[in-house]
Amino acid sequence: MVANLKLWRLLMPKPKIAFYWCASCGGCEETVVDLAEDILGVVEKVDIVLWPVAMDFKYKDIEAMPDKSIVATLLNGAIRSTEQEEMAHLLRRKSQYLIAYGACAQLGGIPGLANQFPLEQIFQFNYEGGPTMANAQKTRPQVTTDDQGRTPTLPAMHHVVRSLDQVVEVDYYVPGCPPTPRVTRTALTALLENRLPPKGSVIAPDIALCDECPRKATKPANIAFTEFKRPHQALMDPNLCFLAQGVVCLGPATRSGCNAACTVGGMPCTGCFGPTSRVRDQGLKILSSICSNIAPKEEGEIEKVIEGIPDPVGTFYRYGLAKSLLRRKATLPSK
Amino acid sequence: MTNQTKPSASGETWTPRIVAFFCNWCTYTAADLAGVSRMKHAANARVIRLMCSGRVDPQFIVEALAKGADGVLIGGCHPNDCHYVEGNYKCLRRYQMLKRMIADMGIEPERLRLEWISAAEGEKVKRVINEMTETLTQLGPLGLPQKFDEWDREMEHFAEHVAAREAATGSACPEHGGKPQTLETAHA
Ligand code: SF4
Ligand code: FES
Repeated sequence: MVANLKLWRLLMPKPKIAFYWCASCGGCEETVVDLAEDILGVVEKVDIVLWPVAMDFKYKDIEAMPDKSIVATLLNGAIRSTEQEEMAHLLRRKSQYLIAYGACAQLGGIPGLANQFPLEQIFQFNYEGGPTMANAQKTRPQVTTDDQGRTPTLPAMHHVVRSLDQVVEVDYYVPGCPPTPRVTRTALTALLENRLPPKGSVIAPDIALCDECPRKATKPANIAFTEFKRPHQALMDPNLCFLAQGVVCLGPATRSGCNAACTVGGMPCTGCFGPTSRVRDQGLKILSSICSNIAPKEEGEIEKVIEGIPDPVGTFYRYGLAKSLLRRKATLPSK
Repeated sequence: MTNQTKPSASGETWTPRIVAFFCNWCTYTAADLAGVSRMKHAANARVIRLMCSGRVDPQFIVEALAKGADGVLIGGCHPNDCHYVEGNYKCLRRYQMLKRMIADMGIEPERLRLEWISAAEGEKVKRVINEMTETLTQLGPLGLPQKFDEWDREMEHFAEHVAAREAATGSACPEHGGKPQTLETAHA
């Protein structure tokens, strides 16, 4: 039997895995590398067919593969450009499982905050107005240019930043900004051992972060905020629940699985693991929870306290704007 | 209901749609009273009864807007009168922050309204609904579902662009014709 298994292993081709990046910062790639020697274990068991950050492959190689011949693609980053959109479609077609890896692919992430600004303003700042910009000709990237008879093309930018599942069907989500090595290992092991949860699952515990936060014991049953402080505005007690110190912590509305890395490290949770399965809109849920615990009962007094959160969209939707119920600023153009 | 028509291009048949979350113990009873005493108010509000204004999850409000409501009205018991003691205060605090947040999202904060209406104030239900209908008529349709559709069309535009380019260069691949753009078709 054991001999048979060994023989089977030898004869069976290794499962093909792809890693790809879209609108992201590179942090997700770092996490894969952070698996340290574990990555070697993974590399031994799989055949990596695409990993632009670390290895040289051509898109053509992927195009040439039969459909569904990649067992799993772990795609990080939001979808902002036409090229990213194409790659999402291509990898969807070539993969049995498409996994949204990290907060940007899952929720839109930090790049999703660009949904609050018109594309024109973003171009204007980045190619003309930005303080470090020296671009007297105001040159901007063009989708097509004429270059002595040739017309090279560049990807176009969409007006809307999207999560992966707003573009193609997604099988699983690995949360985090970036995902921790632990959740990455869990996902890869589940995949390689074929012990996958139901389709559509987020591969992290379905319970709020407070559950694994070492500050939980000091989380007050009744909170009454008289003001909101931001972490740099006061000396923080290293053991006391942030809410008890008047600091907005997204722990109660955020999925656990990160080993409370931020609250252990002295910073409140900003929500990168996204909501639990019972919450549709993470930002609205934490808004609800935090605001109902404001102390005053009178309008003017309440207003003074909520002014302590100067940017509610950036605070409550730091990672989740693109997937929120409203998705983006309603008044922005689509063309 | 006569006003379920979607906003037409000409805007002629459009009248505002209001989703109203009313607390069982006061505003809902008041709305009932208004109905029983045959007070006439604009028929634009769809009333949803909840046990307390403190049960109005901001997700309900925003979902209503996202699904096509032009405004959301919340009715609760007067301060100190909440059946569950604190529910209306919780509602007020969330409401104030939510108003700021939807303003940041480009939605006029006047599309949200919170009113304390006791069981005896049938007249106030009528006045508030009429006023809000008036305000929303001035503001015009919010039309979020149409916006979402419009935003998502930008991906189709690109597919068309690729198809047009292929047609021009004659490199169209029969297998992928008409499908969403792919690397093969775009970089062919
Ligand atoms: S510090 Fe944040 S995550 Fe930890 S118990 Fe308090 S609210 Fe929850
Ligand atoms: S019971 Fe009416 S507002 Fe709470």
